Amino acid sequence: MSGTWMTTRAWLLMLPLLAVMVAVIGWPLIDTIGLSFTDAKLVGTSGSFVGVDNYVKMVSSTNFQRTLWTTAQFAVVSVAAEMVIGVLAALLLNQQFRGRTVLRALMILPWALPTVVNATLWRLIYNPEYGALNAALMQLGLMDAYRSWLGEPGTAMIALIVADCWKNFPLVALIALAALQSVPRDIVAASLVDGAGPLNRFRFVTLPYLAGPLMVALVLRTIEAFKVFDIIWVMTRGGPANSTRSLSILVYQEAFSFQRAGSGASLALMITLLVMLLAAAYAGIVRKTAGSAA
Amino acid sequence: MLKSTRRALVGANIIGTALIGVSFAAEAHAETTLSALFMAQAAYSEADVRAMTDAFTKANPDIKVNLEFVPYEGLHDKTVLAQGSGGGYDVALFDVIWPAEYATNKVLSDVSGRITDDMKKGVLPGAWTTVQYENKYYGVPWILDTKYLFYNKEILAKAGIATPPKTWEELSADAKIIKDKGLLATPIAWSWSQAEAAICDYATLVSAFGGKFLDGGKPAFQTGGGLDALKYMVASYTSGISNPNSKEFLEEDVRKVFENGDAAFALNWTYMYNLANDPKESKVAGKVGVVPAPGVAGKSELSAVNGSMGLGITASSTHQDEAWKYITFMTSQAVQNQYAKLSLPIWASSYDDPAVTAGQEELIGAAKHSLAAMFPRPSTPKYQEMSTALQQAIQESLLGQAKPEDALKTAAENSGL
Repeated sequence: MSGTWMTTRAWLLMLPLLAVMVAVIGWPLIDTIGLSFTDAKLVGTSGSFVGVDNYVKMVSSTNFQRTLWTTAQFAVVSVAAEMVIGVLAALLLNQQFRGRTVLRALMILPWALPTVVNATLWRLIYNPEYGALNAALMQLGLMDAYRSWLGEPGTAMIALIVADCWKNFPLVALIALAALQSVPRDIVAASLVDGAGPLNRFRFVTLPYLAGPLMVALVLRTIEAFKVFDIIWVMTRGGPANSTRSLSILVYQEAFSFQRAGSGASLALMITLLVMLLAAAYAGIVRKTAGSAA
Repeated sequence: MLKSTRRALVGANIIGTALIGVSFAAEAHAETTLSALFMAQAAYSEADVRAMTDAFTKANPDIKVNLEFVPYEGLHDKTVLAQGSGGGYDVALFDVIWPAEYATNKVLSDVSGRITDDMKKGVLPGAWTTVQYENKYYGVPWILDTKYLFYNKEILAKAGIATPPKTWEELSADAKIIKDKGLLATPIAWSWSQAEAAICDYATLVSAFGGKFLDGGKPAFQTGGGLDALKYMVASYTSGISNPNSKEFLEEDVRKVFENGDAAFALNWTYMYNLANDPKESKVAGKVGVVPAPGVAGKSELSAVNGSMGLGITASSTHQDEAWKYITFMTSQAVQNQYAKLSLPIWASSYDDPAVTAGQEELIGAAKHSLAAMFPRPSTPKYQEMSTALQQAIQESLLGQAKPEDALKTAAENSGL
């Protein structure tokens, strides 16, 4: 009896939050789903029902396929790089040395910067006429002429990934650093006594403690990277020749620039679905690792 | 218990009613506040717009104007988005390419009935095309602009070039002389970033080569002059006479390169003339020449794109009259003459006013020819889509990813027309 009361009370206490969530997430989501089956314009007509037309058109368009590939490239490479750099930075900052606290605080700085500021900053660094990168590489004798980093498809994508890594590796490092604090000292000491080298120590002693938290970081970063908009919009607007256009930019163009709210909604929902699939896959892996660890 | 609750409710009601009364009273004496959306890029500077608006509010103390500035690239989407979510702006700046879309989707109010005969007679006829769609007026032209060919007089003199080029072929030849003499590695600067700026340069060339964007509502840029224009751009790019960074330049980047003395020729809007001649801003002050953009032998004397912009009242504005008052002030001849250094007036008689022409005779001279020859970008509700497809075609051709013929054909298919 009291169990039922507890459950009822729990639901009652959650009710205000649930109501807010339904209002700000549930309703827009249902509205978007409805919209995605219409040919509604952003302004003016509310549109008529067109069935799954928007979805079919979108999936079969080369624009969508190309953009999906671009986004996947960006997400995979930048997240992988962020994980590696983040863990390395965390291992370094976990060592005892003078100035460690200052360095830890400094590391947060890029992550604390608003993305738009970060993007503008990197645009200046990459500027083809007076950018710091060109000047530095010239003075080091590594190049004999200034380059248009954001104007060539290959380098533009790499330049974007570098800028994104610089901003986001601190998040991974922070999570990894926190996890490193939980590695028991006696196990590390025991492995030293057993003669384990640094690589083996990392592989068999440290990594098992890092795996869970790193999974969380991986999920968070992958979802974010798949939805990337602002850093690309500010730095290249998807150019040159749409070689850096992400899915979110495609949604933006479809819904707002071309004012096709219907097909924009269908595209947005497909991205949501993709991200949910990714998140579910990760969740499965996390549960498995947690299971095997226990 | 019940009694006290009821009393509390009655009390609350009274207080509530009193508050409503107060707010009504306040509204009766309140000034109207207008929200206006402008751009912070080219033409009038933000400081100029603020100064004009201050003068307006001083003359109309019952109207307040909140100003918002966005980059040109955000102007269209911001305006549409505000309308899509129930309004927000009363007055919005709009580009010559948007009236078709704004009229079709009811973003702007039709102001045909408000325009007086004096306005119709006084304003240059070419300027009115900026705000018209299907014979209705959706605002008043405010920025009258086209792309001119700017040149660095000092570099041309050093290269032994006596007069600035009159045709695009001459421009290429002159640039090659400058390059071969080692004066500059890449003498021409363009704004070919994946943005509307690239379409403005392209449209200038399309007009020179006698091309068409649309024919009977269908894409026509993939053949004839439209194709020749893109081929010219590619040739200029691959032959090394154009700054290769042009493909990531917007107008402001072109201005910086030109002001730094790193370009002998540059295509840009009116506003660059006085900024590039300002010693505080520019290293080439006093050496800036300006002429109409060139033509093509046998096809055109000169070329010009209509890059004008107008001020309109949003359809959702609840202050249509006040908004109109503000627009007529901002577009008035007195105000435009006073701020004629970064944007030339829409009024015909201003061009004979020494207060306007003083110190910029060369620019006015070029403007008289260019403004009369302004070539329109197409008037279609699907403009944004067509432009986006064309931007991709231009960049793919420049990067050598596709031949101009193929790129333009694909653009025609993706134009939504």
